[in-house]
Amino acid sequence: MIYVYDGSYEGVLSTIFSTFQRGKEAHDMVVESQYQPGLFHEPTFVTTDAAHARRVLKGMEKRCGQEVVRLMYEAFLSEQAGIEMLLYQFVRLAVESPENVLHNFREPCVLKLHQIGRQIHREVHRMHAFVRFQQTNDGLFVAMIAPDYNVLPLLPPHFVARYPAFCWLIYDTRRHYGIYHQQQQVDYITLQTHQHHQLAQALLTASEKDYQQLWKTYFKSVDIPERRNLKLHLQHVPKRYWKYLIEKS
Amino acid sequence: MKQSTEQKLSMLADAAKYDVSCSSSGSKRTNTKDGLGNATGMGICHTYTQDGRCVSLLKILLTNHCIFDCAYCVSRRSNDVQRAAFTVQEVVDLTINFYSRNYIEGLFLSSGIFKNADYTMERLVRIAKKLRQEHKFNGYIHLKAIPGTSDELIHEAGLYADRLSVNLEIPSEESLKKVAPEKDYASAYQPMNYLARSIEGYRQEKKLIRHAPTFAPGGQSTQLVIGATPENDRHVLLLANSLYQQQQLKRVYYSGYVPVSEDTRLPVITTPPLLRENRLYQADWLMRVYGFSVHELVDDQHLYLDEEVDPKLAFALRHPELFPVDINRADYEMILRVPGIGVKSAKKIVQARQFGKLRQEHLTKIGVVWKRTQYFVVTADQQYHWLEMKPEALRQRILGEKTTPKNTTQLSLF
Repeated sequence: MIYVYDGSYEGVLSTIFSTFQRGKEAHDMVVESQYQPGLFHEPTFVTTDAAHARRVLKGMEKRCGQEVVRLMYEAFLSEQAGIEMLLYQFVRLAVESPENVLHNFREPCVLKLHQIGRQIHREVHRMHAFVRFQQTNDGLFVAMIAPDYNVLPLLPPHFVARYPAFCWLIYDTRRHYGIYHQQQQVDYITLQTHQHHQLAQALLTASEKDYQQLWKTYFKSVDIPERRNLKLHLQHVPKRYWKYLIEKS
Repeated sequence: MKQSTEQKLSMLADAAKYDVSCSSSGSKRTNTKDGLGNATGMGICHTYTQDGRCVSLLKILLTNHCIFDCAYCVSRRSNDVQRAAFTVQEVVDLTINFYSRNYIEGLFLSSGIFKNADYTMERLVRIAKKLRQEHKFNGYIHLKAIPGTSDELIHEAGLYADRLSVNLEIPSEESLKKVAPEKDYASAYQPMNYLARSIEGYRQEKKLIRHAPTFAPGGQSTQLVIGATPENDRHVLLLANSLYQQQQLKRVYYSGYVPVSEDTRLPVITTPPLLRENRLYQADWLMRVYGFSVHELVDDQHLYLDEEVDPKLAFALRHPELFPVDINRADYEMILRVPGIGVKSAKKIVQARQFGKLRQEHLTKIGVVWKRTQYFVVTADQQYHWLEMKPEALRQRILGEKTTPKNTTQLSLF
């Protein structure tokens, strides 16, 4: 059976719920916008249902502990091809096994899920490191990012704890949405224009340029040419992240 | 001529860069509602230098004026370099503004010594105090404790800083006397011992009283310069081990000597001993994380760490009697000693084997480096195939793998 859903996380969970409810195994799960009708199958369209999604998570939590709720969500954010089916296989395994399968690394889907989880953590960690705020005239701190995975929803706790008194915006230029923080509250926003890969210089506060220059100077001064090792440098700071790093641009 | 902040930054960051410590982890400072920053748990490397070192902190000297004349140091009195000094306010502004833009995790402030130890330390403390109290800064602060500083100032520093460090620099007092006649071990050990006692004291108090003040919650560290003086690896590691045991240091850093002077008391080298430095870090890691004792890594017969193979593999080759290790039965501690298995893999192995016997395929998927591990383990499906092989033969075989040229590019089809 091929299931078609709306592309949201709750949608995936509702679909998984559906497979159990109907007693019909899923052979594939496809996002509605990418679905192409085929000749030889009759798809099932699943309506996203928050209550169903909650029940799946609750059941998983009961079987595998609290940790699993976060792991599944993070895996979904990886946007990797076939992630829906991986989650589905994992849930089935958990339901069919008498014991907690969360750490059964002999099972390929469990191992894969943890590996994806690790990739997500690495990307989150990179964003903690590579976000560079620029201060605008009205005191807002703005950063642009283009992460490999859709990790923006995982960033608020870190940055709220650090900058609780600041007004800041972190914007994902690849997925065209951002998180905006003001007085301990975070909102998801989307800018109207699509021309937002760089901030206009006119928007920035007077001292912004000075501090960027100082940071570049600092970065240049700490280099030890006798020890140069560019391979290691690139491993730590891959080129695709350079465009938003002040010191590398 | 009045120097601009940028000129000072360029000079005083350049002079501070030979201090390799840049860790911002291990502290427990949470933020307040209206404060700026925190220093909890894992450190973050915000960027990396072109030699691959982490840049986590704004690492600068307050000044490179110095009354001392240590041969290995670029800021020594007799060296003909331009001198500069930051004002307290300049350091505070740089820290706050860099931190606000998420460039750094905090400040690492060291200094050349003007006038005397206390005079210098008093200024370092003043900067930390200003950051904490006026700017409600809760990011990471690492202060250098200047050897010879009074206990009172060290104590005050501990109340504001996350980490303090006193650098021993030269791994034996005898050599130190040769290259830095004005220095001695006693003036470095005194603040170190004071810190060890205070950190422990405050930690105990914190257990009883939740609101007790924190005192250098990130502990203390030190640095040893490698290759400037004739000490061997055994000497260096024994010293490090005693610092971990006696002074309860969080980290000992090893800095391969970068030739910064043509002093005749120092060796003439063109490149820093990077491989040796790397092996020392590996050995240090094995002592702190893998539960190796220092005597298992170096002894009377092995004064230097093996440069050809890493210390863990070297240990395994010296102790064929401990292998093979049965992956499905051995203790965690023993699995951790198998070359090619790291902490994460070892933990996964112990968890996964509860669900059934582990075979080679499981290990590879878990992330074990099978190429290395195969010679040292028994799995459910794999017969151990090293029994008849001599350690020396195995060593040659492993070294042989390494020498195959890495950059052979694949031929193009067309």
